[in-house]
Amino acid sequence: MAEAESATERSVETDTEPDDGGMTFTFAGVREGFITGFPVAVGVAGYGVVFGVIADQAGLSVAEAALMSATVLAGAAQLIGVELWADSVPMATVVATVGIVNLRYLLMGAALRPWFRQLSPRAAYGSVFFTADENWALTIGKLRSGSKRGAFLLGSGLVLWLLWIVATVLGVTAGDFLGTPEQYGLDYVLTALFLTLAVGLWQGRESIRPWLAAAGVALVANAVLPGEWYVIVGALAGAVVRMVSYE
Amino acid sequence: MSNALALDPTVVALIVGMAAVTYATKAGGLWLVGRIDLSERAEAGLDVLPGAVVVAFIAPALADGGVPEWVAAGATVAVAHKTGSLLLSLGVGVGTVLAVRSVV
Repeated sequence: MAEAESATERSVETDTEPDDGGMTFTFAGVREGFITGFPVAVGVAGYGVVFGVIADQAGLSVAEAALMSATVLAGAAQLIGVELWADSVPMATVVATVGIVNLRYLLMGAALRPWFRQLSPRAAYGSVFFTADENWALTIGKLRSGSKRGAFLLGSGLVLWLLWIVATVLGVTAGDFLGTPEQYGLDYVLTALFLTLAVGLWQGRESIRPWLAAAGVALVANAVLPGEWYVIVGALAGAVVRMVSYE
Repeated sequence: MSNALALDPTVVALIVGMAAVTYATKAGGLWLVGRIDLSERAEAGLDVLPGAVVVAFIAPALADGGVPEWVAAGATVAVAHKTGSLLLSLGVGVGTVLAVRSVV
């Protein structure tokens, strides 16, 4: 579908920053992503167990829960989807809600564009299936620091995907024995990861205003809007502030 | 666990729907930005998007937290700034949050 189109747009767009080719899609990239992503994937797996427990309570079988984790691969969306399903909410409504919970992925995918447009459509659109908050952040940090390894998202996504499925099965079958993520501090892995990446993404004075806007609007949105809207609204506010002040 | 391998067709349909809509959001942003010709101004906005997304995630998480989360945040940022090591920052962050929670 997108193959013919992306070939033409490559010549049309004239970009500034990370371009001029050089992006690779190799096994070495997959490997690096896999290894770097492992500790983060362990943190995510804590929530895979939680999802498994909830899926079990919602009446899903081991096979159904594992199939969902393998094909959807979106933590918050799966939790909410299964909870709504257990409350006998109609399927179309559940699917629509899942879409809304996942809207932030639109922004995250857009942010990958400067690098991913240099990859083949197959590599790019295949890789994005493995996008999750955590490995997206890892990948952006890597690419921003000048890495040319376009397969990093795939590698870090694969390790996350594998542990997510294993943890789901563990949660459905043995969740009661494993305890909560909080017990192991796993609830803090995402925050610690994002803080670390924020340090790397900081661009000095230029970042101050967009980041203040993003943080402030996210805080307000978190107080007044449901679900994860605060991520989208906050991030857009940061981008808008940058666009307004652009000369 | 007699029906561990059971696959109810209705549940499979739900999973297919959820998977399709999720993939659409994951691929949609990448696809959409490629369809439109971005001005330099819009490119600048796109450029700050990663940092803005990260900050928008963190701010409410920290605001909802307490002393353990704040102390751990300081420790994480300090280690990240000093060493640039992801593994070390994660370890210090999680270790600090556990340690402070046990005393507060």
